[in-house]
Amino acid sequence: MFVQPRYEYRRPAELDGRRRHCVIVVGAGPVGLAAAIDLASRGQPVLLLDDDDTVSVGSRAICYSKRTLEILDRLGCGEPIATKGVSWKVGKVYQGDELAYQFDLLPEEGHHRPAFVNLQQYHFEACLVERARSLPTLELRWRHKVTAVRQGDESVTLTVATDDGDYAVTCDWLVVCDGARSPVRHMLGLDFEGRVFRDRFLIADIRMSSDFPAERRFWFDPPFHRNHSVLLHRQSDDVWRVDFQLGWDADPELEKQPERIEPRLRAMLGDDARFSIVWSSVYTFQCRRMQKFRHGRLLFAGDAAHLVSPFGARGANSGIQDADNLAWKLDFVIRGLAPASLLDTYDAERVAAADENLRNSTRSTDFITPKSAISRTFRDAVLSLARRHAFARTLVNSGRLSVPAVLADSPLNTHDGDAFAGKMVPGAVACDAPVDGPRGRWLLEHLCAEFTLMVFGRVDEATASSFAAARVPTRVLQVGGAGGVRDVEGLVASRYDGRDGTSYLFRPDQHVCARWRSFDRERVNAAVMRATGH
Amino acid sequence: MDLITSANLAAPDDFYEALIETHRGLDDAQSALVNAKLVLILANHVGDMDVLRAAMTAARQDVIPAQPEGRT
Repeated sequence: MFVQPRYEYRRPAELDGRRRHCVIVVGAGPVGLAAAIDLASRGQPVLLLDDDDTVSVGSRAICYSKRTLEILDRLGCGEPIATKGVSWKVGKVYQGDELAYQFDLLPEEGHHRPAFVNLQQYHFEACLVERARSLPTLELRWRHKVTAVRQGDESVTLTVATDDGDYAVTCDWLVVCDGARSPVRHMLGLDFEGRVFRDRFLIADIRMSSDFPAERRFWFDPPFHRNHSVLLHRQSDDVWRVDFQLGWDADPELEKQPERIEPRLRAMLGDDARFSIVWSSVYTFQCRRMQKFRHGRLLFAGDAAHLVSPFGARGANSGIQDADNLAWKLDFVIRGLAPASLLDTYDAERVAAADENLRNSTRSTDFITPKSAISRTFRDAVLSLARRHAFARTLVNSGRLSVPAVLADSPLNTHDGDAFAGKMVPGAVACDAPVDGPRGRWLLEHLCAEFTLMVFGRVDEATASSFAAARVPTRVLQVGGAGGVRDVEGLVASRYDGRDGTSYLFRPDQHVCARWRSFDRERVNAAVMRATGH
Repeated sequence: MDLITSANLAAPDDFYEALIETHRGLDDAQSALVNAKLVLILANHVGDMDVLRAAMTAARQDVIPAQPEGRT
């Protein structure tokens, strides 16, 4: 059973004299914590402010993608979350009580992390808080509520309310991760355009012992909840998430009552099932985004910047990718390794990613919640055909689950001059593969916090050390050579279409930004400069 | 490939009769479902997105919405 932690409030030094910070992060949810941990791991002093003194109340976001786990591995907290979470990769979609469609999100071996783990948001946040507290340059302040924000040419000034009164604090950069209702966004009167969907959903998290498999199950029009959809997920601690579509006319206050929820669960699980309701919520959802994620010295990330429907697990996972994209760029700008304009590419890349997420999530919603009679007819036609015909199964949309954005149009990419097969195009996230190397058994563990140049074959030591000593340091990782990693199953070569001499340049966030068939120092230097916004 | 809008059916009357026959005995809702399935089956058979877009545009031509689209 999860015991809600209470983190201690401390009187801030600013009440006794003003101090200037380099980076302040507002909001210690999953995204703010990830951003602050990333920056502090890179040695940056970070102040993280949260208006509360605990983690998420209720399980809320529960599906964390492979990419999120890989990012957390880099941040030093992937393992506890992967271990505590429930791994899954299979999704089943039912029409009525018949299986209409089944998908496998990771049908191949040779990856460190599973397609997804399900874990209550409070566990997720508690793991990140623990990691944050171990970092000497990260100061976490609980019950510090930002009440005013003023941006000047050279700094941002915040007013923060505490139990001991208000104080002012200034910083060079403000990372805003204060959630869907983003008080900071409101204080600045910034836009948040989009659509509201006219449907309501009931979440019931129940504790139940069951040997039901760990897979995502989705029903359209099941016998136990006619004319609506139901989603089932397994979480850790024997907690299960049941999500009932209720329709727009449902009364949210009424539907929250346990006397209303229990019969719904009984109809689904049977009269003999033993369960207890641990958390429930009735929600509606919206698809929105800010026009720009960078506003001068303010950088918005996560739900504060973009909001999607929950079908597809694209909320928290895209927010963690925002943090992943932003942290190294901000670090490089602060260290003087990149011009401030590099932060505009955070905006460009993550706006494009948000649009992809919004597009996918809106399409899923249109399938799950048809907005017209004809839309409903086509939906039912797809489901009816799916039972007999393979083509129709590809149209069934119960949520297209989060995959990392391929930043194909990024200005930081160097376009291919050579021919390559496979998926590792400039902009793609590095694909993991089993290796034998000094840092462990997986390729991603060998990509460092700076730029990494992965070379198939040998690179002489003098070249490698000159890259390491360059203005923008780049570490050389040899595949096959001495001191590098051994491609134990040949999967690095096959996934990267690697031959002797093939070289890949990875950004600090593990995205491919350039690749060549042969190693050439000048071309690598030019690609590193391009990828750092020079 | 372009959308074929010149005559392409070997026996147009046979096709038309078969189409109407497909709906025999169905109420409006069932007919709507059958039509929707038919569209999906044919769309998959065609496969080419450009052709499908051209077909959807041609189908929509001259059909004026009864009410302007509202904001939701």
